Amino acid sequence: MSGTGADDTILAVDHLSIASMAGTTVLDAVSLQVRRGEVLALIGASGSGKTTLALAALGHLRPGLVTTGGSVRLDGTDMLKAPQAVLNRMRGQTASYIAQSAAAAFNPRIRLGDQVIESALLHRSQTPDQARARARELFSYISLPTPDRIGTRFPYQVSGGQLQRFMIAMGMQEEPLLLVCDEPTSALDVTTQVEVMRLLKQVIADNQTAALFVSHDLAVVAQIATRIAVMRAGRIVEIGETRQIIESPREDYTRELIAACQHLSLGALAQKPPRAAQGAAKALTVAGLTAGYGKVAGGVPQIPTLHGVDLQVGKGEIVAVIGESGSGKTTLARVIAGLHAPALGTVTLNGEMLAGLDAQRTAAQRRRVQLAVQMADTALNPKHRLRRILGRVLFFFHGLKGAAAEARMRELLAMVSLPAHYLDRYPTEISGGEKQRVNLARALAAEPEILICDEITSALDTIVAGQIVALVKRLRDELGLTIIFISHDLATVASIADRVTVLRHGRVVEAGESAAVLSAPTDPYTRLLVASVPELRQGWLEDAAAMRAALATQLEASRPDAA
Amino acid sequence: MSRVASRRRLSPTLVFSAAILIAFALIAVVSLFALPQDPFDFVSDEPFSPPVAGIWLGADYLGRDVLSRLMDGTRITLFMALSATLLAHLIGDTLGLLAATRGGFVDAVLSRIVDVVLALPKIIVGLVVVAALGSSVSVIIGIAAVVYSAGVFRIARALGNDLKEMDYIKLARSRGEGMAWILFGEMLPHVVKPLATDFAIRASFAILFMSSLSFVGLGVQPPMADWGGMARENLGGLSTNPLAAVGPAIAIALVSIALNMLVDALDGDARH
Amino acid sequence: MAHFIAWRLLATLLLLFIVSLLVFWACEILPGDVAQVALGQYATPENVKALRIEMGLNQPPLQRYLQWLVGAVQGDWGRSLVTKSPVSGLLSERVANTALLAGITTLIAVPLAIALGVVMAMWNGRALDRGASIVILALSATPEFLLATLLVLLFAVNLGWLPAVAYLSTGSGLGQTARALLLPTASLVVVVTAQIARMTRAILGNILTQAYIEMAILKGVPGRRVVARHALRNAVGPIANVVALNTAYLVSGIVVVETIFAYPGLARLMIDSVQSRDLPVVQACAMIFCATYVLLILLADVMARVFDPRSLPQRPMDAI
Repeated sequence: MSGTGADDTILAVDHLSIASMAGTTVLDAVSLQVRRGEVLALIGASGSGKTTLALAALGHLRPGLVTTGGSVRLDGTDMLKAPQAVLNRMRGQTASYIAQSAAAAFNPRIRLGDQVIESALLHRSQTPDQARARARELFSYISLPTPDRIGTRFPYQVSGGQLQRFMIAMGMQEEPLLLVCDEPTSALDVTTQVEVMRLLKQVIADNQTAALFVSHDLAVVAQIATRIAVMRAGRIVEIGETRQIIESPREDYTRELIAACQHLSLGALAQKPPRAAQGAAKALTVAGLTAGYGKVAGGVPQIPTLHGVDLQVGKGEIVAVIGESGSGKTTLARVIAGLHAPALGTVTLNGEMLAGLDAQRTAAQRRRVQLAVQMADTALNPKHRLRRILGRVLFFFHGLKGAAAEARMRELLAMVSLPAHYLDRYPTEISGGEKQRVNLARALAAEPEILICDEITSALDTIVAGQIVALVKRLRDELGLTIIFISHDLATVASIADRVTVLRHGRVVEAGESAAVLSAPTDPYTRLLVASVPELRQGWLEDAAAMRAALATQLEASRPDAA
Repeated sequence: MSRVASRRRLSPTLVFSAAILIAFALIAVVSLFALPQDPFDFVSDEPFSPPVAGIWLGADYLGRDVLSRLMDGTRITLFMALSATLLAHLIGDTLGLLAATRGGFVDAVLSRIVDVVLALPKIIVGLVVVAALGSSVSVIIGIAAVVYSAGVFRIARALGNDLKEMDYIKLARSRGEGMAWILFGEMLPHVVKPLATDFAIRASFAILFMSSLSFVGLGVQPPMADWGGMARENLGGLSTNPLAAVGPAIAIALVSIALNMLVDALDGDARH
Repeated sequence: MAHFIAWRLLATLLLLFIVSLLVFWACEILPGDVAQVALGQYATPENVKALRIEMGLNQPPLQRYLQWLVGAVQGDWGRSLVTKSPVSGLLSERVANTALLAGITTLIAVPLAIALGVVMAMWNGRALDRGASIVILALSATPEFLLATLLVLLFAVNLGWLPAVAYLSTGSGLGQTARALLLPTASLVVVVTAQIARMTRAILGNILTQAYIEMAILKGVPGRRVVARHALRNAVGPIANVVALNTAYLVSGIVVVETIFAYPGLARLMIDSVQSRDLPVVQACAMIFCATYVLLILLADVMARVFDPRSLPQRPMDAI
């Protein structure tokens, strides 16, 4: 534990405690070390203190936080006591930071190249010519297009994946000893995530850089870390070699994390019994749906997001709609729910044709299709207690009041495994997972036939997401609901869906039984998606990258907008 | 989260500004029933005679009691500012929320009208209208209400537009809820605080605006006087009784500063 | 870019056209019979009738408006009802005086205010920032006439250093002009500086919470450079906007200050004309104030656009 091999240790955190000014403990006597060339992953749920710890490695505390004990030594310097000038010299040079959202972390009004070389010029560690040459070299190394010119672009002129590459280039500009990566791939689509992860791994290996790698995703971490530290509520629960943590975890919480991860893996498909074919009774049919934004001319909107989409959902089925950002999956959910008017095409509910907008649908039709949305924060009115949120729906659709309504509300909360006293709480007083449960309870209060779940797990931590998925499945089994489950996350979908529809750029590229589609996809894009889902085994990343390279050419040819 | 915040201490600026505002409100009420002297009666033969016992702030340019006129002016000034702001909010909030929820043509027309009003310097609008209609308390209140309702409209419309995008509003609409529930059930609790904040800041603008009109001689007409009018009337006596002119000017500054500090303190609370 | 400016210019012209309609309507139709107003207590039916013909009031309003507009565009604002002389003759010197007062105030206040705002932002949250914030808040909420009165009381009445009244005539020398301008300018500078500094501080404060600011700090960029380079660049557009919009306060401040110091400017002329209901002069003054204001808002929009990186041309890599 006591770092005697001082030469070898780059970062030594010793009994570090950090609290908020209001007195809440954020970090509780955390100790860890990162040695030269080693990648230490910090894994934990949101609020576990992992980002605070990562920033403390650079001697930075966010406003409102104070150190209450312990020390952080980076290359021998006490980062919590060092004067600002020393910190400024070390940041970028000794340790650099790679932020989660590159889109927010680049200054929108400064050219990317200038931002990448800024530290080096400030530190005078490189002359302007050297710095520019180094930047060009890095841009080429991380496969940015036209490396000699791309640095003149502004952040808004490149894609999200490219921005994350710039972030990596910026981190490597001065060849620091330590790279602090804070969820570097969480904001990216899965297919982009593979690329960026492979790149990071390569950069770290090629430069023998040490890294502190923060993530909530164990599968991601398993690909890149030499050691893993599991954090929970400001403490390190368990720390060990990657193989040991994955294969023989010692703590219950670690086991729970791994279980949640495996639960969501494609491996689950193999164990899933094929659901009896119920094909005959179609609960919902979507045919030839075209929708988008702007003026509609000749059945095509100015900015189309869906092109002639078909979808069939049988009674009691869970049908998943999969797609990355920009695939049009949320538009599809909103059209079915009547929140967004289609330009062309029809939505049929049990043989009844539904009007485009809910204003033209009958009250019964509106009740029968319910939507649960991704951001539970904006889905629940923060100024209303849960009693009012649920009660309003009961009153509106069923005229329930007083004791009858109260009893039904308790029943609803029980259905989503929340205690009855939560009725008196405001949405701001419950956790993200609980909000999502309330979100579902409100949809259930209408007693719908069709429940549309739009990315309801994507804002949640792995374990909580797993619980919500299990809840959705249970609700289908108990209530016989028909569920349209929209997600970008194949792993989530694999464990729950009977059938799958894959959307890309607003078109259906593949649809069928989920076991068939996900275990033997025929479309190259689906194959790419499937190959991009991180698996909890070492060596997966290399396989995925190879697969991706092979699929890239096929995909390029099949780009719908290339035509 | 919000439970934790409730144990916060009151900030000194909040206490200070609230104390000033309450004091002036009390003076305004008291002035209805009792004043040290008759504000329209002469207490001194000398104009601008300096303060003595009983005439605590001395006499004004006609020899009337400055303190009594100041207290009387408090009521007039605050009444005018509050009614103008209230009217501005009635017009601005209603039309702003209407524009946000209706959108389309209604929104476009109202927004263009507001653009025009906001593109005019308020004091010049005030001068032109006074030139056309003459000056009276109701004209001044009317001008202030109209010119400030444009700013209120912008705020209310922006609030409404932000809320409209919230999923809970969209879901309520898709459920088939009527306009009444959307506006009063879902939106109202969210707009009360920002609009109240705007009310305070807008009231401080209105006070400065109306006082300036009175100060240049185009506001409240003699013998009645608001604070701005008093500052003007007594400008000639700076050498013998400066309090007659400076007193009312300080009163305006105090109320205006207190309103601004109140808003700042409340905003600060909202942020932490 | 050129397209944007052309479009905004067109919108501004349309706005000015609407403003001219409103001003004309307010001054010639709203008050009832202008001839009656002009004659005041001397109005007999015959007099009024004669004056109506002389002023062309028997013509339809649309025709009168067009005549007035065509004249105004050429600088002919009609004749004053009080002095009977052409309005344009009254305006020229007054416009120059007010432009001088406003110009000097802006030249001093804007750089001062932006510097103050930036310095406060650099001291983000520390005692100096908080103390200065309260002072600035208080000053920005203080009416100009309190400041002006206090300045007169101190420098003119008690110390006797400066004139309480700002006499300006065509023949006054530089020294005399400077003495006359000192107090009016000082009153305006304080309030305008406070207002712009406060908003600059708020804009910067908002930007300082952005993720790219934390990133700059984590790259080892020193605090001052973070504000001056990373934050200020993103604040230029909004600050330009604030500066232009603050001319609104400047207009009202000028009205008050010209009154206190009996400064022979356009605002003073306008107030006198409102009092004597000399409506052609009021129209002219109102149009000049509104046009200046509208053009400044246009300038603010264009500035905000210019500092948007989306409108910058590409540059080769070796220039970074």
